[in-house]
Amino acid sequence: MSHVERKPIQDIVIKFVGDSGDGMQLLGSLFSEAVSYAGEDLATFPDFPSEVRAPRNTIFGVSGYQIHFGQRKIFSPGDRVDILVCFNPASLKANLKFVKPGATIIVDDTSFNKELLEKVGYSSNPLTDGSLSNYHVLHYPITKMCIELATEKNYDKKSAEKAKNIFALGMLSNMFSLSKELVIDLLRKKFGKKPEVFELNKLIFETGYHFVDITEDIPVFFLRKTKLAPGKYRNITGNQATAWGLMAAAEKAGLQLFLGSYPITPATEILMELAKHRELGVKTFQAEDEIAGITSAIGASFAGALGATSTSGPGLSLKSEALGLAVMTELPLVVVDVQRAGPSTGMPTKSEQGDLLQALYGRNGEAPLMVIAASSPADCFYAAYEAAKYALEHMTPVILLTDGYIGFGSEVFRIPKLADLPEIKPPFATPNTKYYPYERDPETLVRKWAIPGMEGLRHRIGGLEKTDIYGEVSTDPLNHEKMVKLREEKVRRIARRLPPQELYGNPEGELLVISWGGTFGQVRQAVEELLKEDIPVAHAHFRYIFPLPENTGKILQQFKDKKIVVAELNRGQFAKYLRTEFEGYTFHQYNKVQGHPFTVAELMENFKSFIK
Amino acid sequence: MKGYIRNTIEKSPVPLTKEDFASDQMVRWCPGCGNYAILNSVLRVFPEIGYKKEKYVVVSGIGCSSRFPYYVNTYGFHGIHGRAFPIASGVKIANPGLSVWIATGDGDSMAIGGNHFIHIIRRNLDVNILLFNNQIYGLTKGQYSPTSPLGAMTKTSPYGTIEHPFNPGELVIGASGTFFARGIDIMPNLLTDILFEAAKHDGTSVVEILQNCVIFNDGAYEHLTNKEVRDDRLCIVEHGKPIVFGKNKNKGIILKGNKLEVVTIGENSITMDDILVHDQTMPDPGIHVLLAKMTNPVILGVIRAVPAPTYDDLMEDQIQQVKQSSPIKCMDDLLNSGDTWEVTEEA
Repeated sequence: MSHVERKPIQDIVIKFVGDSGDGMQLLGSLFSEAVSYAGEDLATFPDFPSEVRAPRNTIFGVSGYQIHFGQRKIFSPGDRVDILVCFNPASLKANLKFVKPGATIIVDDTSFNKELLEKVGYSSNPLTDGSLSNYHVLHYPITKMCIELATEKNYDKKSAEKAKNIFALGMLSNMFSLSKELVIDLLRKKFGKKPEVFELNKLIFETGYHFVDITEDIPVFFLRKTKLAPGKYRNITGNQATAWGLMAAAEKAGLQLFLGSYPITPATEILMELAKHRELGVKTFQAEDEIAGITSAIGASFAGALGATSTSGPGLSLKSEALGLAVMTELPLVVVDVQRAGPSTGMPTKSEQGDLLQALYGRNGEAPLMVIAASSPADCFYAAYEAAKYALEHMTPVILLTDGYIGFGSEVFRIPKLADLPEIKPPFATPNTKYYPYERDPETLVRKWAIPGMEGLRHRIGGLEKTDIYGEVSTDPLNHEKMVKLREEKVRRIARRLPPQELYGNPEGELLVISWGGTFGQVRQAVEELLKEDIPVAHAHFRYIFPLPENTGKILQQFKDKKIVVAELNRGQFAKYLRTEFEGYTFHQYNKVQGHPFTVAELMENFKSFIK
Repeated sequence: MKGYIRNTIEKSPVPLTKEDFASDQMVRWCPGCGNYAILNSVLRVFPEIGYKKEKYVVVSGIGCSSRFPYYVNTYGFHGIHGRAFPIASGVKIANPGLSVWIATGDGDSMAIGGNHFIHIIRRNLDVNILLFNNQIYGLTKGQYSPTSPLGAMTKTSPYGTIEHPFNPGELVIGASGTFFARGIDIMPNLLTDILFEAAKHDGTSVVEILQNCVIFNDGAYEHLTNKEVRDDRLCIVEHGKPIVFGKNKNKGIILKGNKLEVVTIGENSITMDDILVHDQTMPDPGIHVLLAKMTNPVILGVIRAVPAPTYDDLMEDQIQQVKQSSPIKCMDDLLNSGDTWEVTEEA
């Protein structure tokens, strides 16, 4: 309301929820774009069912989009919701548990009739029976208003119904004092090709915007800009960032990028993104299966490209044998595993960190390879870039672990310049020189890369064990043992080039919190909050899983007589791994396998329990 | 010279010989194995094709046939079971300027690699597949394969197989194959000619090579190769020529209704004019399938060679087209494209 003073906010979490056909993803992405233009730091997370169109008004058919933004550094899409925008009874029922007490719930009550309420188990209408008295509930017949408005202007009822999400976009835009013109521009970009649809959506948007001015009780806010470092920014999702990181690495190394991949949730967006970029010479090959995805990438690497494949857990299982082949042939290869809840098909659209041990050990024979993990949507860019760099410079497959949560999630991304990214120099062999496939650099133990077509370097490699240096097929027992050790040592020596592990917070604290991968946002925020409360904790978030940074032991040593807790979204795989690498420590565990990220609140509570 | 090899792969500036491709490795196939004849044909045809010797890549899967890369001095990749096709696909897509050859067997290509086999053919990727068909698993010592005839007694079918075999030609054509030829280890000159034709073909060329396994399936093709019957049981087709065979070249094949029939020229008023003229370029695969499926005689030579766009050409064309029309020329362009915003010092 224009006459009411707008409240300033630090940060706020909003979630849009409705049926999977209600346009929640569109509403969420348009709103987050508008918020980012306003100069806010933000993080988002779409939460949707794996069915394309689930049955209407059912709990499992609920689609959601969460956005966390504000003027301070935003680490994650947030745990608890400050404003829930809800379009049907099922979505209210499914999401109430994520809403903070006292939060605002804005409801389109058009579908809150007896039949639909009973269908999801409400015996009376929660909007009116007082059961939501802990919340600030505002309910309006949004869909009904859209239909009335549209039929007045001779639009059909169906298009009007569809535009209810745009009414909400109008309301939210006013509530957060976003520029009306800017959002209309976004709508024009979205619907401009169909002028009639655009006009209707514009009308509904403006009506929703105006609705806030004329309606009492709707809270309004003003935004202060986030103090982001100067530079150029864009929004990016984790999967897009992964694709771009690979492309950037290929360009930096002067190589062609080849992605062999098979569609699988939640990794498919990487294949789809790379398929768009023929203009930069990217070759994507939609393979007939996961195995063809990785083996074609190995073939492309043999032929001198940066070979990569993208997948999720079940696909990584199928790629195991070929990973061994890449280890044996010592070719560069990037395997991106966007982890999802397993085992087997599990919960395809839900996130988990359950593939760590598979990535580390899931192959026949002694087959070590590099494993690194991205920590946030934007970080996927740098993690993919690094995965490619180490793969190319150390002639080894690298598994990059991301997860559905950061893969689908988006974040504000400060645009780097390619010139500022680290050099990538693959160890090419020199044409017309004496070439032995397994002759190694004495420092790094890396072999040279001779590419078909290069003069005077014809040679053969493959999955059979080969002699040291010369690369002849061999079953000699001592040679095999030597080669096994060389392959392992080659990967271990990458640690010499890794930046030291960062220790954040209080190095003399009572508790060391360890985490890895996509949980960074929540864990770091929990640690920050505890530090603000003067609780002495420290945080080591791991990016390099194998090999571990060389100072890892030293950091653990500092906390030998204190407490160490490893927080991860599995049953304790990183903790198990640390126990095998570092004996004599007690690694406590905080684990969750619900397909949902950690909440900051649960982490804080757990970490506090270790402090006397 | 037997025709035109197109210029997309760099030619050798100097004439090459068999010795340029001879490997220094000890060949470890059983004495008397049909593979030796195949190896010899390949060593003869590579210099004849005339690409620069570094441009050849031989890729294989697992099995006796798949030791092939070690015995030819080219760039070679010995893959894993069944996966030679996608490995080779990656090689060819990444660098279309390479001449890619795949050595595979009946088990490698049609059992464990069956999925990849049909899809590489469907895509018409420009590679050459040498399918060594001995109707048995040799390297694992004598189990039945997807081409073992129904009832074959092997170590895993001691009472006879109860599986219907694939006919590789039928499978290739069924997968939209553009090139299928059949050779046999006892006729190395014919095989060399076929391999040359395979190299000439733009697209996936599959050459089935009937090959005797002396240890585990000796005599599998004896009913065809026995000198007494050979000329009557094997029939070599040539494009544009009537399909005739037999010791006296007086037997021929005619199309009667929707079936192929063997006839004798001069009998029942059959003349040379009645004999089916082989057309390997017919897009309709009907007669090619009938030829591939004949068992008496068994058809050898190039059965099908139909021009069609290749995957690798389409890929390169698409890249060129998109490059021309796109304003994005490098990664920095892409990173800064679309919706971005500036944050300045005072913000």
